[in-house]
Amino acid sequence: MKRTSFRRGVAPAVAAIAAISLTAACGAANEDNGDTGGDSGLSGTLNGGGASSQEAAQTAWRAGFQSANGSGVTVNYDPVGSGGGRESFISGGFAFAGSDSYLADQELTDAAANCGADPIEVPAYVSPIAVVFNIDGVDELNLSADVISQIFNGKIAKWNDQAIADLNEGVKLPDADINAVHRADDSGTTENFTHYLSVVAPDAWPHGEVETWPIKHGEGATGTSGVISAVTDNPNSIGYADASQAGDLGTVKVQVGTEFVAPSPEAAAKILEVSPRVEGRPAVDMAVDLDHKTQEAGVYPIVLTSYLLACQTYEDAATADLVKGYLTYVVSSEGQKTAAENAGSAPLSATLSDEATKIISAISAK
Amino acid sequence: MSTTQSSAEQSTRSARRPGDTIFAGLATGAAFTILVALAGVAIFLTLEGWPAITASPEEIGESNIIVYVWPLLFGTLLAAALAMLMAAPLAIGVALVISHYAPRRVAGIVGGLIDLLAAVPSVVYGLWGIQFLAPKVLPFYQTLQERLGFLPFFEGPATSGRTILTAAIVLAVMALPIITSISREVFLQTPTLHQEAALALGATRWEMIRMTVFPYGRSGVISAVLLGLGRALGETMAIAMVLSATGVVTFNLISTQNPSTIAANIALKFPEASGISVNVLIFSGLVLFVVTFLVNFLGRWIAGRGQVKG
Repeated sequence: MKRTSFRRGVAPAVAAIAAISLTAACGAANEDNGDTGGDSGLSGTLNGGGASSQEAAQTAWRAGFQSANGSGVTVNYDPVGSGGGRESFISGGFAFAGSDSYLADQELTDAAANCGADPIEVPAYVSPIAVVFNIDGVDELNLSADVISQIFNGKIAKWNDQAIADLNEGVKLPDADINAVHRADDSGTTENFTHYLSVVAPDAWPHGEVETWPIKHGEGATGTSGVISAVTDNPNSIGYADASQAGDLGTVKVQVGTEFVAPSPEAAAKILEVSPRVEGRPAVDMAVDLDHKTQEAGVYPIVLTSYLLACQTYEDAATADLVKGYLTYVVSSEGQKTAAENAGSAPLSATLSDEATKIISAISAK
Repeated sequence: MSTTQSSAEQSTRSARRPGDTIFAGLATGAAFTILVALAGVAIFLTLEGWPAITASPEEIGESNIIVYVWPLLFGTLLAAALAMLMAAPLAIGVALVISHYAPRRVAGIVGGLIDLLAAVPSVVYGLWGIQFLAPKVLPFYQTLQERLGFLPFFEGPATSGRTILTAAIVLAVMALPIITSISREVFLQTPTLHQEAALALGATRWEMIRMTVFPYGRSGVISAVLLGLGRALGETMAIAMVLSATGVVTFNLISTQNPSTIAANIALKFPEASGISVNVLIFSGLVLFVVTFLVNFLGRWIAGRGQVKG
């Protein structure tokens, strides 16, 4: 009885002391940060949002940018989805936005009207989409776009199908049904994946480039994590997901020309270099039409490219400086390295990074 | 005469104490609040769901709203019906063990454990279903496909455990504690005299239960099953996680092609929905609301009929 009452008395007291010391520590820390924040000359809050694919990278960038500039700077990124991000950017709700696809012509005109000049569009997040599989005793598979299409639309039903065996000599393939897993929700990953299939293997994949899985075949799973866990938990499955999330699963080497390329960040970043720019875009627009059909050596062709959108001029100098500072950090080699470490993305090449930095450096107040 | 009258007056006057007035008011208020809440939900669903009826096919993604909702409704009813098929006999059996077969102490422990099942959040059942149950039942489905593949239910191909049958098993486990605990209480209410009379006439224990416990508890058990059915119809999170939904209408229970359910579909689609697709989702919610209502009325009618006969 005595003991309990003793504990009852002590516990709140300890908690109170801890709380007080914590508040004191926080207060001190804040003051320190406030001082350093003054040095960089940046302060205020920057609101942006858009593609959820960038979410992990944005978290890393925000942390990196805020620690470099002190607590006076706050950057918010709302992962509402690419469409929502573009909409809010055009209407002026977001100072900058992330988007998995570049602005359509009409959106470009609308955004230019809101910004007062052509909007800036720079690639910020490039990530390979891996085709992952789970077969006992098999770590690597070589597949072509044609075979991948047929697996995902059910034309090839067994792992020991001749079409797969022909591409994988010496690999022991099981006599088992293939369980093809796809995203059940609308997704930019599905869009990029089906875009690749529809361009490279239009005969085997006649369903076009779509956000929503177009055919009634295969297992549906929600979100990247859902696909990964469905493939992991179930042998003889195959799926597609952001390469950074593939974990221990086997990844498919995709046929490009005569060789087979694994989804490494370097191989993915290369496709931006060999792909042509979208025609008829303003000089501050770096939108790229990914050349999935490329035969270039060492290029991984299934890639998600996410852009950052911003205006060339802003009403007030504080916002302009913040956008400029943040975007410069994002496309810099340091920012790209942070994203690669934290989100598994492919860093932009030096050439692209320099070009983007140059475009961003022109951001100013009206 | 006059004294009785005055005492009657007194008793009516004593019934008019402030406590009674307040309590009666509170109780009536509570009843009224429920009605208002129910009406509010119905009005909201109707108003917000209405634009979906007149929406163009492009906005819905299907040729009309009925084509959109029908597979979802089918999936909801199929999953719930399968779940009840599994849960109801099991729950009645467990309830009988607790009320009539097991020694008192064991019965208490078993009853408590079953009640614990009700305290597990549905998202945890979802995790269990997707990570544990689905991989474990897959070999069983493959055997079903091999041996009973000629039946349309087990046509397959069984390549994944995330099927509507697995979802129904999870639903059955979730509905089990509700049905069990109500049935148990009802069975315990059976008058001891009836039971002893049956035994005295030479009935075995099974005959005694069939002649006295079941007829007496019939309407209660039906209500219990209906409450369980209500849970199964509205269950969202577990289904959304476990089921590989592709929006087909099929009685094939073990393939990866499954109809989604209304509630799971709303949960999965709402975060990305905007404009008219929100109205479409709300309309599907209205359909679920109406179906749940009909099921409840049907149950009350059946239960009521049973009581008159008994």
